[in-house]
Amino acid sequence: MSPRRAARIGLYAFLASAALCFLLPLYVMLVTSFKSLDEIRLGNIFALPGTFTLDAWRAAWSTVCTGVSCEGIRGGFSNSLLIAIPSTVFAIAFGALNGYALAFWRARGANVLFALLMMGAFVPLQVMIYPLVRVTAMLHIFGTLSGIVLVHVIFSMPLMTLLFRNYYAALPVELFNAARVDGAGFLRTFAHVVLPMSPPIIVVAAIMQVTGVWNDYLLGLVFAGRDNLPMTVQLNNLVNTTTGTRLYNVDMAATLLTALVPLVLYFTAGRWFVRGIATGALKG
Amino acid sequence: MVNFRRARAYVALLPMAITACVIYFGTTLWSLRVSFSSSRTFPTDNFVGLAQYARLFTDDRWLVSLANLAIYGTLVIVVCLVLGFLLAALIDAQARNEGALRSVFLYPYALSFVATGIIWQWLLNPTNGIQEAARRLGFADFQFDWIVDPDKVIYTVAIAAIWQSCGLVMVILLAGLRGIDPDIWKAARLDGIPAWRVYVSIVRPMLAHSFATATILLLTAVVKLYDIVVAMTQGGPGTASEVPAKYIMDHLFGRANIALASAGSIVLLITVGILLAPILYLRRYSARLAAR
Repeated sequence: MSPRRAARIGLYAFLASAALCFLLPLYVMLVTSFKSLDEIRLGNIFALPGTFTLDAWRAAWSTVCTGVSCEGIRGGFSNSLLIAIPSTVFAIAFGALNGYALAFWRARGANVLFALLMMGAFVPLQVMIYPLVRVTAMLHIFGTLSGIVLVHVIFSMPLMTLLFRNYYAALPVELFNAARVDGAGFLRTFAHVVLPMSPPIIVVAAIMQVTGVWNDYLLGLVFAGRDNLPMTVQLNNLVNTTTGTRLYNVDMAATLLTALVPLVLYFTAGRWFVRGIATGALKG
Repeated sequence: MVNFRRARAYVALLPMAITACVIYFGTTLWSLRVSFSSSRTFPTDNFVGLAQYARLFTDDRWLVSLANLAIYGTLVIVVCLVLGFLLAALIDAQARNEGALRSVFLYPYALSFVATGIIWQWLLNPTNGIQEAARRLGFADFQFDWIVDPDKVIYTVAIAAIWQSCGLVMVILLAGLRGIDPDIWKAARLDGIPAWRVYVSIVRPMLAHSFATATILLLTAVVKLYDIVVAMTQGGPGTASEVPAKYIMDHLFGRANIALASAGSIVLLITVGILLAPILYLRRYSARLAAR
């Protein structure tokens, strides 16, 4: 065997074993969620389920206790949807408008504002959380759906603006100038020229924002209020504040249910996900 | 006419102006102000100078939190950059299966930190997890109980975070590798330089901009460390895996000491600034070099 061939085999072996290590946690979660509690106590975490059961999934969805109530985490699922949808729609609307104004209109001072906004992205959330609690309380939206949506829109603005600004900056400026010569104003140019060319970046932004909002824990915990707690908060309550026997199979089923939306998004639209990271991060 | 049209642009930028100036800048100033006061549950105007900061740095829990963040941050950033580069280079070197491999290494990044913490809590718990599985296989003395060991628990949090974010570094570096001139490979082959040498000595320095980007993203995530700890160890055993963000949250909402919490958050902000400034500067510099 030539040394070149040996190197190639070594390379494949390393990549394959690294891939296995990365997949192992997902595998363990899956097999644990299909086992009975007795089997978990007696068996090996890596073993396949001896008797395959969906009981843990049913319990996680509709009967397990998450803090005070015992209705599973389906309530958290709908809360997360109710938070994620408006947070995504508004975040994209503001991001697109900001990006458009920054890329084409060169308003005086706009770039200074943009720099300030991007600096804000690096400020640790803990610095802003308590003042924001006071601000949302003053607006009477603390602990409500509107409150948590507003907070998500605020904190996603740097990334959303950056995504759209970079995308629009790469569009041919002649299109924009032609619309201006034809007498189209700010909003008409946006609606008739810029927006029809935006679907690719809207898909990227939507995937990043839905994933980000769905996976948030801290903001949901502080701002959503008891009736709107997102799935991540309910999941953590389920796993870490339950007294009595730990139902490991239910814990794993609930974790998988919570991870389902971002995982499905990622496995069906992974290409866009990667593109979002690349356009958002690399050109910043 | 033109001015009138431009006025609309200013109106459209108003939400951004409010977010940047009032929310980001304003709330930071507000927290700075509170950190100099003696506020407990509600902000007061009784200013005590740097007393809260002095208290912070005599509090063992805060000092443990800072030490933990330093260990965690160094490990996560260094291991993610090394492993991410290794994976990106290996995937780049063998053209096949790129899509599948990328999916496998990046999927953890789609998971929440809460889910990540819970998964690893289950894998690492000594009674049912990896330790027990290895013992059943016949390694009776196998020991891997770091998650309940106060001296080692922070390493387990780092392992979980590395698993979660390593793929991000890989993707960023892979995108950077795609931008490198293929002629470099031809030249290296003519000179008989081995491939690994090209990656380490020639390609790696050319990826400075991508490395800086990855470091910035990792660093901002490191400082936020809260969810994984809450889900995985709740700061325990004892206070062994406490972190600054959790210290601040506990003092804001559990212990009603907003002045001390604000002082902690300002310390965190200053730390971020000191660490980020040189990286941002280098990144700009490398971009300017590349543009030349």
